[in-house]
Amino acid sequence: MVSPPTIDWDAVIADPRFQELHRKKQTFLTTLMIISVVFYFLLPIGAAYFQDLYRVKVWGVINFGLLFALTQFIVAWGIAYFYSWRANRDFDRMARELAAHYEKKAG
Amino acid sequence: MQTQHRRWIAWALAGVLVISSGTALAQGAVAPEYRWLTFAVFAAIISLTMYVTYLAAKRVKTASDFYTAGGGITGLQNGWAIAGDYLSAASFLGIAGLISQYGYDGFMYSVGWLVAYITVLLVIAEPCRNIGRYTLPDILAYRNDPKAMRIVGALSVITVSTFYLTAQMVGGGVLVKTLIGIDYEVSVIAVGVLMLAYVLFGGMVATTWVQIIKAILLVIASLVLVVLVWLPYGFSLPAFLQDVVGDPKVQTRVASLLGDPARNMSAIELGQRFLEPGLYFKSPIDQVSLGMALVFGTAGLPHILMRFFTVPTAQQARKSVVWAMAIIGGFYVLTLFLGFGAAKHVGPAAIAAVDAGGNMAGPLLAQFLGGGPNSFLGNFMLAFVSAVAFATIVAVVAGLVLAAASAIAHDLYVGVYHGGDTVPPQQQVRAARIATVLVGALAITIGIAAKGQNVAHLVALAFAVAASANFPCVLLTLYWKRCSTGGIVAGMIVGTVLAVGLTLVSPNVTYPKTVKAAAQKVLDGEAAKRAAIEVALASADLHAAGQAKLDLALLDKAVQKANDDLVKFAGRETSFLGLEKPLFQLKNPGLVSIPLGFLAVLLGSLLFRDKRSEALWPEVYARQNTGILASKAASH
Repeated sequence: MVSPPTIDWDAVIADPRFQELHRKKQTFLTTLMIISVVFYFLLPIGAAYFQDLYRVKVWGVINFGLLFALTQFIVAWGIAYFYSWRANRDFDRMARELAAHYEKKAG
Repeated sequence: MQTQHRRWIAWALAGVLVISSGTALAQGAVAPEYRWLTFAVFAAIISLTMYVTYLAAKRVKTASDFYTAGGGITGLQNGWAIAGDYLSAASFLGIAGLISQYGYDGFMYSVGWLVAYITVLLVIAEPCRNIGRYTLPDILAYRNDPKAMRIVGALSVITVSTFYLTAQMVGGGVLVKTLIGIDYEVSVIAVGVLMLAYVLFGGMVATTWVQIIKAILLVIASLVLVVLVWLPYGFSLPAFLQDVVGDPKVQTRVASLLGDPARNMSAIELGQRFLEPGLYFKSPIDQVSLGMALVFGTAGLPHILMRFFTVPTAQQARKSVVWAMAIIGGFYVLTLFLGFGAAKHVGPAAIAAVDAGGNMAGPLLAQFLGGGPNSFLGNFMLAFVSAVAFATIVAVVAGLVLAAASAIAHDLYVGVYHGGDTVPPQQQVRAARIATVLVGALAITIGIAAKGQNVAHLVALAFAVAASANFPCVLLTLYWKRCSTGGIVAGMIVGTVLAVGLTLVSPNVTYPKTVKAAAQKVLDGEAAKRAAIEVALASADLHAAGQAKLDLALLDKAVQKANDDLVKFAGRETSFLGLEKPLFQLKNPGLVSIPLGFLAVLLGSLLFRDKRSEALWPEVYARQNTGILASKAASH
């Protein structure tokens, strides 16, 4: 486990650009993670305690419960897409700039 | 070297075909006169994967090739491979079966398996790609004491993989036996030998391509079935479900699940009930516990984590998860149609008559859609789905064996025994191959030894250990500055011991006293049930009489099982741990063991500070976020 000594890691994490990347990512990821976990656990908890709501027919024989379960797929895909769109647009660029700067500095 | 590979692969292929076709054939779902068709489809798929393995074997020269395909897999390819690795027979056949038997609850169950990948995507995949190399312990060893990390990490990888592997081997053996009627032991050996051929010669390259091929076949098979099921309704979801809930077979099933309360319900109400929750899951807290194990455990499964080392960059790792989520989620949406379609066309009772767990829903639906048990097309489709199921088991087992073997060879042998990377590359590959053979032989042995055991809960246990031990450790070493060697060791031990220990005293274990009481109840109620069925059999209503026949078969089966249970557990009152009834009431330990696993890492880290862990924090944190030097990860 030899780490390349040429990169000053303390300088990287003290770099304002790193701090900004870190802050943006942290907020974004934490928010998405909480939303997805809460939304997911609503499904089984609702199925146990709100059976009357799940029974309400919405579209022919299709009831609220079935639509809610299908919505879980849409939301999961939506979060994945949203995250990767944001990461591709912002985070990757910021990370690349930092990597280029410090790898060049290290030679 | 190459001709030697070719010769060995040819031998393995011939061996599997001879074993499969020359064995004594018992009754399976495929009728004997059509069995050649199944073998033809099997042979085609096996030949294709063997050819891929042959090509891959030429490319495996270094440890990096063997463990991670040299990091040369693209995001799209890896997405399909993750889907192929993840969609085990349990989800391919099991979830469709659950929907066919219990309706809504089966579909709700599938959701957690997809949501799990949000955790993988957001917090695990990219950081692991940025700082990792071949295995899960590599990530832990980066900032903490390498030897200690490799020992606890490898033990955890082996534990999780062995649980998962046992479930796959036993489930696979039963499945192949049910489908085509070859002996259980022969099925297990065939799965084991094939898997060994892929992993041993082709390493991660072959394993990846076998998983990709299998995932594509699985999606094609499901799509064809869904189009056939859905087309008659002009692809209208309400019209399709209307027909499902209007089916007397479905209504009878709901009535028998509900028991007494069903007496006051009309046929329409009974059918509608199939689309409502509560027919399978009785305890919400059990479900939340299982959900936690799935949502946090997937991110700690060694064979899934390992897949992120096969792509070159964090961006490609991200792309793989997004693709995997599209494929896995899309597949679960398709199973909605497979499950409900099987309930409507084949009928829940007829499915349960072949396999009590409902695993045959998909294959039987395929047979029905092709024209039924006496048609060529029907049997061709059954053969195709059966062959895909077989490929599924082999592909999943290959991924698991590779993960366990890499923990033994890379972490224990190279990392701990030799103390690092001083081992020459060729020797590393040889060690990996020897470990593969060992794990493969172990898998076959366990598979045969565990014959007849109920191992379904072992998959849930694997997820629980991964969620309670691996996940907190990986997450906190990546994101928490104070995380230390002591914390990881504590987390691994507490998480694993709690998850396994609580399961051993949970309702999953057999309690002879309870089993015997249930068996006695079946026997006590037999006479009354038989009388009711006699009445229905004599009925002029053809449908009612047909249903009664199935009910009679199910009753006979239940009575047979009850009598067997009474004999099997005669003179035994307690579980193998000496308990009369469960000490811990949840079927899945996640709800308790995951928070305590996290707590153990926290306390362990605060109690045992580690200078090295903290000194290396800036490096880990900068690298996992930015990917600095990620391209040079292989040389660190």
